[in-house]
Amino acid sequence: MKTLEEIQNIRIEKRKELDLRVNTKLDAREKHILVCQGTGCTSSNSPEILENFKKIIKEKNIENVRVIKTGCFGLCAKGPIVIIRPEDTFYAQVKPEDCEEIINTHIIAGNRVERLLCKDIDGTVVQSLDELTFYKKQKRIALKNCGVIDPENIDEYIAFDGYKALEKVLKEMTPDDVINVIKKSGLRGRGGAGFPTGKKWELTKINEADQKYVVCNADEGDPGAFMDRSILEGDPHSVLESMMIAGFAIGANKGYIYVRAEYPIAVKRFQIAINQAKNYGILGNNIFGTGFDFDVEIRLGAGAFVCGEETALLESIEGKRGQPRIKPPYPAVQGLWGKPTLINNVETYANITRIILNGADWYSAIGTEKSKGTKVFALGGNVNNIGLVEVPMGTTLREIVYDIGGGIPNNREFKAAQTGGPSGGCIPKEHLDTPIDYESLKEIGSMMGSGGMIIMDDTKCMVNLAKFYLEFTVSESCGKCTPCRVGTKRMLEILEKLCNGKGEEEDIAKLEMLAQNIIKSSVCGLGQSAPNPVLSSLKYFKDEFIEHAVDKNCRTHECKAISKITIEAEKCKGCGLCQKFCPVNAIEGKDREKRVINQEKCIRCGTCIVKCPFKAIS
Amino acid sequence: MEEKIINLVIDDLNVHVPQGTTILEAARTVGIDIPTLCFLKEINEVGDCRICLVQIEGRRGFTAACIQKVEEGMIVHTKTSEVMEARKVVLDLIISNHKVECLSCVRSGNCELQDLAKQFNMQDIMFEGEKIKHEIDNQSTSIVRDFDKCILCRRCVSTCKKLQGVGAIDCINRGFESSVSTVDNKSLKDVNCTFCGQCIVNCPTGALHEKESIDEVWKKLKDEDSYVVVQTAPAVRTALGEEFGLPIGTNVTGRMITALKRLGFYKVFDTNTGADFTIMEEANEFIERIKNGGTLPMITSCSPGWVKYIEMNYPEQLEHLSSCKSPHEMFGALIKTYYAQKEGINPNKIFVVSVMPCVAKKYERQRTEMQNDGMYDVDCVITTRELARMIKQANIDFRLLEDSKFDNPMGVATGAAAIFGTTGGVMEAALRTAQDTLTNKDLKEIDFEDVRGGKGIKKATVDIAGKKIKVVVASGLKNAQIIMEEIKNGKADYQFVEIMACPGGCVMGGGQPIVNSKTRLEKDVRKLRADCLYSIDEKSVIRKSHENPVIKKIYEEFLEKPGSYRAHKLLHTKYEKKDKYNM
Repeated sequence: MKTLEEIQNIRIEKRKELDLRVNTKLDAREKHILVCQGTGCTSSNSPEILENFKKIIKEKNIENVRVIKTGCFGLCAKGPIVIIRPEDTFYAQVKPEDCEEIINTHIIAGNRVERLLCKDIDGTVVQSLDELTFYKKQKRIALKNCGVIDPENIDEYIAFDGYKALEKVLKEMTPDDVINVIKKSGLRGRGGAGFPTGKKWELTKINEADQKYVVCNADEGDPGAFMDRSILEGDPHSVLESMMIAGFAIGANKGYIYVRAEYPIAVKRFQIAINQAKNYGILGNNIFGTGFDFDVEIRLGAGAFVCGEETALLESIEGKRGQPRIKPPYPAVQGLWGKPTLINNVETYANITRIILNGADWYSAIGTEKSKGTKVFALGGNVNNIGLVEVPMGTTLREIVYDIGGGIPNNREFKAAQTGGPSGGCIPKEHLDTPIDYESLKEIGSMMGSGGMIIMDDTKCMVNLAKFYLEFTVSESCGKCTPCRVGTKRMLEILEKLCNGKGEEEDIAKLEMLAQNIIKSSVCGLGQSAPNPVLSSLKYFKDEFIEHAVDKNCRTHECKAISKITIEAEKCKGCGLCQKFCPVNAIEGKDREKRVINQEKCIRCGTCIVKCPFKAIS
Repeated sequence: MEEKIINLVIDDLNVHVPQGTTILEAARTVGIDIPTLCFLKEINEVGDCRICLVQIEGRRGFTAACIQKVEEGMIVHTKTSEVMEARKVVLDLIISNHKVECLSCVRSGNCELQDLAKQFNMQDIMFEGEKIKHEIDNQSTSIVRDFDKCILCRRCVSTCKKLQGVGAIDCINRGFESSVSTVDNKSLKDVNCTFCGQCIVNCPTGALHEKESIDEVWKKLKDEDSYVVVQTAPAVRTALGEEFGLPIGTNVTGRMITALKRLGFYKVFDTNTGADFTIMEEANEFIERIKNGGTLPMITSCSPGWVKYIEMNYPEQLEHLSSCKSPHEMFGALIKTYYAQKEGINPNKIFVVSVMPCVAKKYERQRTEMQNDGMYDVDCVITTRELARMIKQANIDFRLLEDSKFDNPMGVATGAAAIFGTTGGVMEAALRTAQDTLTNKDLKEIDFEDVRGGKGIKKATVDIAGKKIKVVVASGLKNAQIIMEEIKNGKADYQFVEIMACPGGCVMGGGQPIVNSKTRLEKDVRKLRADCLYSIDEKSVIRKSHENPVIKKIYEEFLEKPGSYRAHKLLHTKYEKKDKYNM
């Protein structure tokens, strides 16, 4: 147990020790080797790197060097990442066997290991982290501590103003004050729908009950999304602290965090955070001597996408089959075990402490008129800098793709960005300059979603993409209501027909009609948004659908059954190798003449493509 | 407290209804009939199927009228073209994954899905596609599950779990693969199902039905070497007429007997006479237990679903159960002994068919305890619904039949026996006999109003011969569970308990004609059927079991007295612990 005074002491003393983490100009006696221990880097051996550093330092008896595990730095494409501070040297794609060299060259001899330095998109070698274009347009609020502190060390969290917001709230503010600050900040739910957070808190507060609950939704399920995972792995205390603040504001003394079991590192670190906070007396009874009690428990999800829907999540916490409840009543009125319950997602909570400490005005100055603050995106797909980015609301898609993301690999053309995962839609080239905020995305037929952003180049088939998302929804529908259970399956069947060349033009109209009805008829958000990827693809890429249905052709060759293989006349030298190897005699033409493929006979086996010495066939 | 009235507009009509009313109910008050499918009042109010969608102004998307409560100033549209299209798409999708074999389906003509298809003028299916294929489970004695016809309305799940508190079935898998299943997808015969059959009468389609025994009966009827005798339970006569379009609660006893004779049964007997025996034995057992300090409270054992339930769930409380067999089993035993002897027929050649409002009776019939000298007391059980099917198969115009009477020498039954078919009836009948026996008088106050009515649990205190006797009547297994917990925890201050597995008793049994959800909104089916039985009782000349001359005669000639050695051998049984699951 620690007194408030002791905690304040930790904050001052520890901060002095850790200042070199954020102050690159500091002439520090110590060096900190930060090794990313997020899921991405962990899967490419970063724990071994961490251990190697420790071992070598011990063997060589080097003083004044510390090896620190941190959360995600964001630039996952370059992982495993090692950063040495205070000079902020960024080593990319480090291997366990590189540790010795880094210690000898960098730590002992004081030179940089040139071959491991990170290169920017244009090939220039980057000396320190803030030189990377990837970070230049970012603003880190939710991810503030990720990559800075050791997430398993509460003292480091405290050193960077940890639990200061809680102290402020408990000592100086009333629940209404807290709610007013959150309302004024303009923060909106980061889970996808963008409901004003302060209003949600207020709606939960006004419902009198003998018991209320605070729930954190960490059931991040969109394919390709890992924002919440990274926050929990990199800065678990900030979520815990914010849940406590929420508890104080709405009058709850019990919290649950519902995390996917597929996030073992996040679960482990959050449990450590809970234990540490309890040991310090920050979590438990009579917190800071104010009479406020709070306790948090972790609940593991079993991998059902629908459990990210708030009412299905509540059912699952209660131990029932994870399927949504009919709303109203909303959780603010009847939530967990029928009691008023506040549910926010991880990223939403991660903003709370900063808003409390820096004020509503500071926060609302960031972003656009209706969408305040920043948004974290998991940037993936056909983009150079794959990773986690946090940008102010209103940043354009172009900035994210070309500046932060470093553009499309292999100089291919940008075709579309998919946001909002299976509930969202695609944004085509013509909307590259759309500012990313709740309203603008909705207007163009996509949605913010929880923050997955997948970039696609011109090799991607939009019909196939729609099919991919439908496959996901069909297998993740809970099966409760008819439109989602059967309707999405029927949509998928139509898409399969189109991709297999069995579709008709009228199928497209049927698809659209069914989609509209599923949106209007389904019980929960999953079904109501499941058709979005199809509708937005139809909106911007209808010609591709028609091509699939009428011409039986997939221009990207992704749909194998209808990919037409053709010989480019200019490149064909008439050697006849393709003809010789074609198993079905589909290639026509005489000696020395340019060859042509008879599409009726062609079975699209691709043998000719491989055999052509002039790369004339595709 | 005064009810708050909510004012709203539905399809431009002003509607004023009490707070808490659903849009569905509110619309009905102004003659708007919103279609429903998964909805079953008080049992399944989940809003899952989405057939009852309506549009509420100011809301994005459509809302399920069956569960949405009215709100002040709400403006509701029930028939815009968008709403109609959405409903039609939903129905189309449901049918697209339904095994459509209406011509040969047991529920054809009484199927809520078929009714909707007609109502929606479904001419073709727009979204045809893959259909999920399941194995048919026809391994149990009582219930057949054909999940290719299941529309996942989950009425059966709610019925089993919430209404009955049994929970033999629930949903498994996700999305399109979702289905209703048992533990480990076992047959119902290997799980904790009690065979109450309430899932069948609550299923809107042909996904659940009884294990049919009609062919077996036809075969026996054609076998010249067999004496095929039939008996009919008290609750059958109040409901059979519904299958032929007669109003719910019409007493069709006479026409039923005529029909049975025309079907070719050798003798048509009345299970009510068996019920009178049950009362004689049960009242005697109760008095003995009171006199000799036997296990109390004593609980009735006429309902086979209930008996299976207690054997599986409260085996340590089996001592409380009366050792009496159920009326048709007692009667079957007497037909194969007393009657066979009297008529000089070889009992091996007698084939006893019981027409029952129940599917658990099919299970009870084949229990090894239910035999005597190697012969089953009853050879075949058919439900009220199956009897109706046989009558239709035989081209009998039921409505035009004249009345007939049950056959002698066992053709007399009392009013007490008639009310066996409703919750509280067994208790009332037993009290009439116990009262007279203990006081040695012919008492005239014989209507025990406190044990009548549709409440799930009824508690009453009766004064018999200066002694206060507390009794409890419970129907529905969920209520049985409440009583059993009281008994188990030593909180029972009562001496006699009547339990029936089906909510409302046998008139609402799992083998009775199926009444669709809409009619059930309009009519109190239980009351109509039960009232019919009470009216039979009221009109009966003899209203106490011990005054039945047939009973008296058979005790004199054959059984000697209630509880005698022979009575025990033929009319009583024993119970044992049963595993819930056969792993």
